[in-house]
Amino acid sequence: MIKRFTVLLLLAGLATIFVSLALGYVPDSSLNYSALYYADNTVSDTGAANIVTAIIVTYRGLDTLGEVTVLFLTAAIVGLVLKRGAKAGKGKPMLASGELLCTGSGLLVPLILLLGVYVFVNGHLTPGGGFQGGAILASGIMLVLLTNPMRHFSHRLIAVIESVSGLAFITVGILGIILAAGFLDNSLLPKGTLGELFSAGTIPVVYSFIGLKVGAEFSSMLVNLSETEGS
Amino acid sequence: MIATIAIAAGFGLILIGLYGALTNRNMLRMIVAFTVANTGVNLVLVAVGHMFGRTAPILDSVVPVSEAASRIIDPVPQALVLTAIVIGLGVTALMLAYVYRLYQTKHTLDIAKYSELKW
Repeated sequence: MIKRFTVLLLLAGLATIFVSLALGYVPDSSLNYSALYYADNTVSDTGAANIVTAIIVTYRGLDTLGEVTVLFLTAAIVGLVLKRGAKAGKGKPMLASGELLCTGSGLLVPLILLLGVYVFVNGHLTPGGGFQGGAILASGIMLVLLTNPMRHFSHRLIAVIESVSGLAFITVGILGIILAAGFLDNSLLPKGTLGELFSAGTIPVVYSFIGLKVGAEFSSMLVNLSETEGS
Repeated sequence: MIATIAIAAGFGLILIGLYGALTNRNMLRMIVAFTVANTGVNLVLVAVGHMFGRTAPILDSVVPVSEAASRIIDPVPQALVLTAIVIGLGVTALMLAYVYRLYQTKHTLDIAKYSELKW
């Protein structure tokens, strides 16, 4: 009882802060300075139509490298934690999945993978990008795992995709130091015309590698989690 | 207006999530509660970047570069939230993996049964 009361008191305090924040919130009527810079100069700097992508891949590319590293660490730790002592392949055999799920996933998985690739290849033009596309790829893998939780995925293949795309990401970044203005500078390749697929320099290349890497990392987490099934 | 609604909803989600995380004893429910709070934080961040009557920060023939400064919303919170969502997913996956290992040791999900570090 006293515990519940403390919790409610804490939340009431937090709610007071939130209410005062929300009541005192005045939406901006014009962009602030950093946003103004991005709005005015993104196209001349990078050639990308999607400003969010330009920020993530070029202006804040180093932060994205850190983010991808955090994700890699997470996937590695999930694998490490779940692997120890897990006896794969034991346990009761499970009931087969339903006809609808099997046929549906056979039809949908290629389309989902295609959509994922489309989303990360067009990251500099449309809403979307490497992280979103990678998540879509992993959702295709998840559908396969739902259909057959015992299905074996090659950890080696996932690890190879993951490390090759990670290395390629860093290589493009370092090539930027050597051949262009700095780490992850996107003017290695021509900027092209705004709105075309082959534009914005290395942004589509880097974001495709990020998409593959994120997709492989999410898939490895899913596969690791599903391999605990029945153990 | 819509930003205010989104901010209120985000704050509400944060409170609901924290309440769930603090009062539930089942660890899986705590994880779900944390993801609800996480969603609330993301919602608030995106809503702060929203400006009424403007469009997404994507330039094309409808939103040319010359008009961008007066037509688009702030792109920085969106980039931040993209990061936050990905990291949130990583945290959730880690929590799930740890809960699985904990369940293997004691065969219970009740957090009150794990009293080794209690003092």
